[in-house]
Amino acid sequence: MPVEIDIAHVAKLARLDLSDDEMARLRAQLGQILEHAARVGEVAAADVPPTASPIPRANVYRDDVPEPSLPVDEALRNAPERDGDRFRVPRIAETGA
Amino acid sequence: MSAELCDLTGAELSAKLAAGETSASEVLSSSRGRIDAVEDRVGAFLTRTDQLASERADELDAYLSTGAPQSPVAGIPVALKDVLTTNGVRTTCGSKILETYVPPYDATAWARLAGAGAVLVGKTNCDEFAMGSSNENSAFGPVRNPWDLDRVPGGSSGGSAAAVAAGEAVWALGTDTGGSVRQPASLCGVVGLKPTYGRISRYGLIAFASSLDTVGTFTRTVRDSASMLQVLAGHDPRDATSLDVPVPVYTEGLDDGVAGLRVGVITEAFGEGVAPAIGASVRAAIDRLEELGASVGEVELPHAAYALSAYYLIAPSECSSNLARYDGVRYGYRAPGEHADSIAMMFATRGQAFGPEVKRRIMLGTYALSAGYYEAYYGQAQKVRTLVIRDYEAAFERFDILVSPTSPTTAFRIGEKADDPMAMYLNDIFTIPANLAGVPAISIPSGLDDAGLPVGIQLTAPALDESTLFRAAHALESALSLELRPPLLQGTA
Amino acid sequence: MSGVSYEAVIGLECHVELSTATKMFCSCANVFGAPPNTQTCPVCLGHPGTLPVPNREAIARIIKIGLALDAEIAPHSVFHRKNYFYPDMPKNYQISQYDLPICVGGHLDVELADGSGTRVGITRVHMEEDTGKSTHGGGSGRIHDATYATLDFNRAGVPLVECVSEPDMRSPEEAAAYLRALRATLESLDVSDVKMEEGSLRCDANVSLRPSGTEPFGTKVEIKNMNSIRSLERALIYEIDRQTAALERGDAIVQETRHWDEDAGSTASMRSKEEAFDYRYFPEPDIPAMEPDAAWVDEIRASLPELPRARRDRYVETLGLKPEVARVLVGDRGSSALFDGAVALGADPVGAANWITQDVAALRNAGGGDGALRAEHVADVVALVATGAVSNAGAKQALEASFTSGEAVEAAVDRLGLRQVSDAGALGGLADEVLAENPDVVQKFRDGKDGVIGFLVGQLMQKAAGAANPKLAQELLRERLQG
Repeated sequence: MPVEIDIAHVAKLARLDLSDDEMARLRAQLGQILEHAARVGEVAAADVPPTASPIPRANVYRDDVPEPSLPVDEALRNAPERDGDRFRVPRIAETGA
Repeated sequence: MSAELCDLTGAELSAKLAAGETSASEVLSSSRGRIDAVEDRVGAFLTRTDQLASERADELDAYLSTGAPQSPVAGIPVALKDVLTTNGVRTTCGSKILETYVPPYDATAWARLAGAGAVLVGKTNCDEFAMGSSNENSAFGPVRNPWDLDRVPGGSSGGSAAAVAAGEAVWALGTDTGGSVRQPASLCGVVGLKPTYGRISRYGLIAFASSLDTVGTFTRTVRDSASMLQVLAGHDPRDATSLDVPVPVYTEGLDDGVAGLRVGVITEAFGEGVAPAIGASVRAAIDRLEELGASVGEVELPHAAYALSAYYLIAPSECSSNLARYDGVRYGYRAPGEHADSIAMMFATRGQAFGPEVKRRIMLGTYALSAGYYEAYYGQAQKVRTLVIRDYEAAFERFDILVSPTSPTTAFRIGEKADDPMAMYLNDIFTIPANLAGVPAISIPSGLDDAGLPVGIQLTAPALDESTLFRAAHALESALSLELRPPLLQGTA
Repeated sequence: MSGVSYEAVIGLECHVELSTATKMFCSCANVFGAPPNTQTCPVCLGHPGTLPVPNREAIARIIKIGLALDAEIAPHSVFHRKNYFYPDMPKNYQISQYDLPICVGGHLDVELADGSGTRVGITRVHMEEDTGKSTHGGGSGRIHDATYATLDFNRAGVPLVECVSEPDMRSPEEAAAYLRALRATLESLDVSDVKMEEGSLRCDANVSLRPSGTEPFGTKVEIKNMNSIRSLERALIYEIDRQTAALERGDAIVQETRHWDEDAGSTASMRSKEEAFDYRYFPEPDIPAMEPDAAWVDEIRASLPELPRARRDRYVETLGLKPEVARVLVGDRGSSALFDGAVALGADPVGAANWITQDVAALRNAGGGDGALRAEHVADVVALVATGAVSNAGAKQALEASFTSGEAVEAAVDRLGLRQVSDAGALGGLADEVLAENPDVVQKFRDGKDGVIGFLVGQLMQKAAGAANPKLAQELLRERLQG
């Protein structure tokens, strides 16, 4: 059974504007893919620990020594919109994220 | 007929350069000529760096003429998949959202090659953000397989594979997250290496799936692959996941042969869904290994069947987070016109500039991580990962090398699988387990099928044992002694 | 619903910007107040392909903070990605910690103005990174009427420690005392500038009410935007009143985030979203786990300074200060340092404490900063007053001079002619003169009018041109009058 997904909600979380067409197609495709993906449940027993990284290391740090930052113009070189030495964006609504 | 410089191997060219028989400028000229001749049909490049390459070649020639020590990559044309950052040179990831993005820094992998004298001819086309197995997901058009221009080169590093196969570059870098170097190598008849995860720095590898992404190489021979890895491998303090372990001399022992090598054939990889011609070609190659003195047995990776499912939860989950930064604020595409507010601008930017496959995976990943679903999906998938790692550990207790076909199919037609994501995902079925476990694997050509399309055999070794991988692959390559020249190049200069 | 009394339940979430040399995950310099976007790099700008590498010093400092708060240092902890979109977030996820923070548990002992104390539990202390700063443009400069915004990413990636308290506080006063104590502790560790006015210490509060004597927690409301300890206290007072009034009306409390408006003196609801944030936490794949070994933790533990609580106890129990005086001294690092220095030079602790908490404090409040004052100045003042060489008033003047110029106290005393004669011999002669010149007053004294001694002291002071120790003067006169 393909999985039922609230596509509109997921698109909102992902900040993706989707057309009705896209939503319909994604609803179907994602449901199918997840049905297959959910097979992991068949073997993922409770006593199997998860592995986050294939070659685990621990305690990798960096010394607290400053290095030169980018010159301001480099930092802003790719800015879609610039306001002096700052990045400019449309107003930020109060509710934020 | 004497071969064109651009069709020689890196080793051959390096020798010629050292002997003064040719110059970096000459070699570059040859590659450039090939690009001019075939690029309009292959479409491997998104950005050509002709000016930079000329300057570099001139610099190299001046340097080499002093008799100073020469790296195996010095003076030799290389192409980079367009997900590797190049300072001052546009890097697009095959996406509209980065169509005009110019990175302010070099990827470490590129910096090492550049530092050793490599000559960059261009940035290659790829599936958007490295998501795909056919290079049909690029926002800038597909890449065509030099073996048959109506067919895909494989993906996601299709441009790099095609460029090497067509002689447009002597070798190239790609990235392999679920098979994106090995599978196109197999479809294009070249050698594709995915080293151990963490062996090559990921700094500057534009992230798709952080725990799976690996820089890989496309070369004409296994020896060239070893030479490239020698320059690329090593700890990078800018990448906390890069391994801080010594780098062996990979070309040492390359010719030691495979007598006594224990080779395990992965039984599940010869079942249904694998074209008979592929099975036959790969089995014949395995027989050659046995003739060379390897002892061949059968092995199972019992959880490999679940690896595909796990991959399609882990990779999209990580990608949904890695691609969140593309929001029109600091770089890249911003949706034109007025927006109610910044968040609305982000919605529009991402909706307009991401392609369908990228959207699909972002949505999949967002869902798999969302409240209430983490345990069921992402959490479970990471457990399968543990099981796959254990499968390999058990297999490597009995065997030194594992073999299987690289891909269940040879190059399929452009458009053939484009509407069926699940069918497309199955292309990676033999390559994905090595990404989950982080072990090194290489694809080398095993022959052509009846349609004249390349077939690849995949060899896998334990983590950090690229030396054994190269030794076995080199022995097989020498024994097979294939002369592979795509029809596209018949009669070309 | 009259007749029900409510008890406030308060928890504080504090964010502390560490004053490390570099940011948390990249090597950009960590400085306050630099010109916009001059302290950025591809990593902290979230450029494609960049990777985070944790700052060892930041980890050492959070371990230090945890140890100072008596927290457990986790043998295995992990960074997580907290995913949400916001223009000041370069990656649209924050590298933070979720269910495996570096420090777990702990407590902070807090003293109130009346001398009573309370122990506030700490839930956890974890490591994360700060965001960029947005400036609202096109309107009044406030968010609600802005037409655009501009972004500065200098602050993006600065190491941020989040310290979450248990909901153990029961009044705005307790909350303010906790914040003060936390601030003093952090300051003593030298890990942060802890200046609320600069944003290196920030605080959000969670407040709920429950009928007194009951256990279950009420609905909690989060309060943000309090920029000082005073602000925190005012906001909590307001919010408790607001919730009390609502409950008395029979209204339910809405779980929400409210914004404290300093000018209006009230909290206002931030327009609530339809859904709570879904942060989609997952372990950060780019950073390996942290497993600080026992040797490193021990090294950090050994480097802990005397913490404010221990210092306060030493001041009271060993040096004999009154608790409220000790509290004031401990609450300010400069004062504490001056005090310790003066005592080390042999000054009487009670005297030194008084001078520092009163006159020195007044000078600092007036002029800002410590001026040029050093511990030896304080020690000298205390000594001179004790020997009677200078009167209190004279000492105050000298202290002011030293504060301004750093001049040695003795030098200031001499320059300003503040020395009072305390030599019984010299004064004795003058006393004899005064008595000889005022026989009628002497007679009045002998007849029982004790009050006239003041006049005689005044006469002696005049003869000494004001530089007589008035106490000694009176003593000498009385001696002679009685004799």
